[in-house]
Amino acid sequence: MTVTLFIPCFIDALYPRVGISMVQLLEQLGHRVECPDDIACCGQPAFNSGCWPEARAVADPVLTRLRSSEVVVVASGSCGAMLKKFYTDLFAGTGREDEAATLSGKVWEFSDFLVRCLGVTDLGARFPARVTFHDGCHGLRELGIKTSPRRLLERVQGLELIEMTDTETCCGFGGTFSAKYPMISTAMGEVKCAAAQATGADYIVSNDSSCLMHLQGLLTVRKQPVKTIHLAEILASR
Amino acid sequence: MVEDPAMSAREDILGRIREALRKPAPFPGHGHAPTAATTHSPAPPPAGARSNLHGSPVIPLRPSVAARPWLPPGGVTPAEQWDRFRTASTELKTAVEEFDSAEAAHARLRELAGEQGWSGIASHRAPLTDAALSALSALQLPTLLTDGGYPVNDMEKCSVGITECDALVAQTGSILVTSRSTGGRALSVLPPHHLVLARRAQLVPDLGTALEQAKARYAPHWPSMISFITGPSRTGDIERILVLGAHGPKQLTVFLLP
Amino acid sequence: MTAAHQFLEQARRITRDLRHRGLIQTALRKYEVKRDEKKLAFPDWESARQAAAEVKWDAINHLDSYLEEFVARLEARGTRVHWASTAAEARDAILGVVRDRKAKSIIKSKAMTAEEIHLNDALEKEGYEVVESDLGEYIVQLRHEPPYHIVFPAMHLTRDEISDLFHRELGSAQTREPEELTMIARRVLRQKYITADVGITGANFAVAETGMISITENEGNARLTAALPRTMITLLGIEKVIPALEDLALFLPMLATAGAGQTLTGYNTMYSGPRQPGEADGPEEWHVVLLDNRRTELLADPEQRDALHCIRCGACLNVCPIFRNVGGHTYGTAYSGPIGSVITPHLRGLKDWKHLSGASSLCGACTEACPVKIDLHHHLLQNRRNAVVEDAPVLERLAYRLFAVVANHPTLWQFAKELGRTFQPFHRWILRTKLDPAKAWTATRDVPPMAEMSFKEWWRTRQ
Repeated sequence: MTVTLFIPCFIDALYPRVGISMVQLLEQLGHRVECPDDIACCGQPAFNSGCWPEARAVADPVLTRLRSSEVVVVASGSCGAMLKKFYTDLFAGTGREDEAATLSGKVWEFSDFLVRCLGVTDLGARFPARVTFHDGCHGLRELGIKTSPRRLLERVQGLELIEMTDTETCCGFGGTFSAKYPMISTAMGEVKCAAAQATGADYIVSNDSSCLMHLQGLLTVRKQPVKTIHLAEILASR
Repeated sequence: MVEDPAMSAREDILGRIREALRKPAPFPGHGHAPTAATTHSPAPPPAGARSNLHGSPVIPLRPSVAARPWLPPGGVTPAEQWDRFRTASTELKTAVEEFDSAEAAHARLRELAGEQGWSGIASHRAPLTDAALSALSALQLPTLLTDGGYPVNDMEKCSVGITECDALVAQTGSILVTSRSTGGRALSVLPPHHLVLARRAQLVPDLGTALEQAKARYAPHWPSMISFITGPSRTGDIERILVLGAHGPKQLTVFLLP
Repeated sequence: MTAAHQFLEQARRITRDLRHRGLIQTALRKYEVKRDEKKLAFPDWESARQAAAEVKWDAINHLDSYLEEFVARLEARGTRVHWASTAAEARDAILGVVRDRKAKSIIKSKAMTAEEIHLNDALEKEGYEVVESDLGEYIVQLRHEPPYHIVFPAMHLTRDEISDLFHRELGSAQTREPEELTMIARRVLRQKYITADVGITGANFAVAETGMISITENEGNARLTAALPRTMITLLGIEKVIPALEDLALFLPMLATAGAGQTLTGYNTMYSGPRQPGEADGPEEWHVVLLDNRRTELLADPEQRDALHCIRCGACLNVCPIFRNVGGHTYGTAYSGPIGSVITPHLRGLKDWKHLSGASSLCGACTEACPVKIDLHHHLLQNRRNAVVEDAPVLERLAYRLFAVVANHPTLWQFAKELGRTFQPFHRWILRTKLDPAKAWTATRDVPPMAEMSFKEWWRTRQ
């Protein structure tokens, strides 16, 4: 099938390897991938700040551009939740709610798409390391993604998954929250990093680069040895 | 005519409520509810079920009745129910003692009075308590009966409050007492030891059954207080560490009689 | 200082206080273990939640008739009901009763509504002695502090701090034993129950069908408060009503499990009147004060009406990573944590309390924990939206407008990334200084480098 891969702004600019890995994996599975060049963001920052008209200014073209897509795979659980769950709220009463509902039906987060839509868990990956998985909140609670990433990790050769305590606790990123309330965001991140550290893992893995950006930022400043990596990069490792 | 301010507050509040309710709110569990598998197919209302006041068909079966199978079970057979009750009591630190005869229970009472050095007993008039008190009478302990009123300071000095109960609840290890049948409001909480004399037949599976039974027995002339006592008085307010006997009894004992 | 500034200042202080955060997190971890254990006893917790939400929906969406039914039954059994539109009216009603009875001392069991209307201050100002009887409440009262948490009022204190407090205020010997500390309070409060003229309680539920209030507690202090004084006053919000007695069979175990990780709370007591003929004791008169205090404003918002389903179990506070890192006093509200952040803007004004809705990562742990399925974290989003509509932050909106233009034009987006790449190396010159525009981020976090080749550039070269 033809997969429309939605690459959010921060993955485009900061973590291109995540997107590239996804393209490679989807093509390896025999699908045609298209990446729309003319949309860059789902509008979540404005939406979460309460600026809904401004969020619609970002989201309107997204809704239009994805109308013809067969299936939309989003490279982040958080942006996936925005497209799948929050667009119906955002566009309620605007005359585009039906389009938002239609889009919702064909949006998938990447790991969930592999496991629950395509039924694939083994991608032939090899990644000899001890890792712990961080459940991004939007993926976990808005989209209900819990098992898919773990089933994918289970099939990675050489990889050992060690669950941390409070794996479902928020890392403290929270989008604009991280800049508006940096002290709370940082405190939450400290708790998360400590839990990850306690597992003795080499890497914190997640299906959300935004959480990882926040955690890696803290780890680097604190010179802590744990590293962060996106699930797709692990799956593309050979 | 001068308007009664209390009356007007009542009408103001009810008026604001009615105005507010003109816009309907979404039924729960839809929209953004993140948890799946919670929709229930509406069942027809069972005979005797309380229909809602408005005759609206929104809730065909009271959800709290429909929910019984989803709550912690009280057990189906008597054996299961007793097992639940005992397990719950152990966990709660309620002492449960079983007797084959009233005489055996009374002997144990006399023993307890000695062991714990009871200096006074508070109780009320009822068949089981009457029998117990007469069995204890040889010890010549000051005894206070609450029926018809009592001086609070006297009860405060009693070592034990002995009461009957309305029901024992298997599901939770609870004891149902009321202000009418078990000696008033304070008797089961003021003395440091609450000793309950219960008949084995008083065990019910769960809270729902206990409430139904109480309703059948009392409604609409309810005792002014009915209370589910679940374990001795407790607190975790200091560092979440369990301490018994916060304000009420430190000890709760249930004597099971035939 | 505005509430928002106060929040920020307190949050800054507590997030730096590792000892304080450690204490709270340890306590709440203990709670989580017990809660999970008790939840397992439910064959289907999720369905039970749905049922609880449905009962509350029924109650709240027919609030007028259920309230009238509740009140009619209460009055029929000799209880005096006072309706209070505002906090002041509720205080006046209670003060009126206390004055009429020429009361001197008042014993009180835990009631968050009393915190909401600042009842103790009002009573003390008139010269009455009010003593909190719940151990945790008593401790914070001695410290002249509001409760830290709606269920665990003194969870921020160690046994040593409590021992010091008792030593100072009550003259008791120092001890490190929670049991001894509890007994010190027990001895002091015993006398208070016996001498008090008036007992004031809150209520967890108001049963329309039978005209009863239901009080849930562990210590027996509410039982004694409602037993010994000659006058009893109960203050409760109008949203506490539930339709039927049997609904308690659902709510009592859920409240205990979600609230404190118990199968059932120690005492669950239903009161339907003052002392009735033939009863041994109990108050001669009972006054029930029904408080609106802008609950009807929340009721008028169908989007967030379910916030009135709240049974004040505190589960959302317990799982909230914000609460766990800033603590209860930081909020500056009677109701803290997620439910407080949702309802306080309705009860006290969006303009002054919108910051609470902003201070959330929207993780949704609260919504997941709520036993009556209040859509808490989405309500925080709605509050943010409403706050912008009410009082638009001009610069922020402009910035998002600008961002929308850039994000939707590939050339501008490409240019923005190149701009970023060009200037990022110079960022380190001003990193973490006053000039650093990203200081809120960089003060504690490293900034990831802009990729030399962005994904879209890679994609274009590949095509």
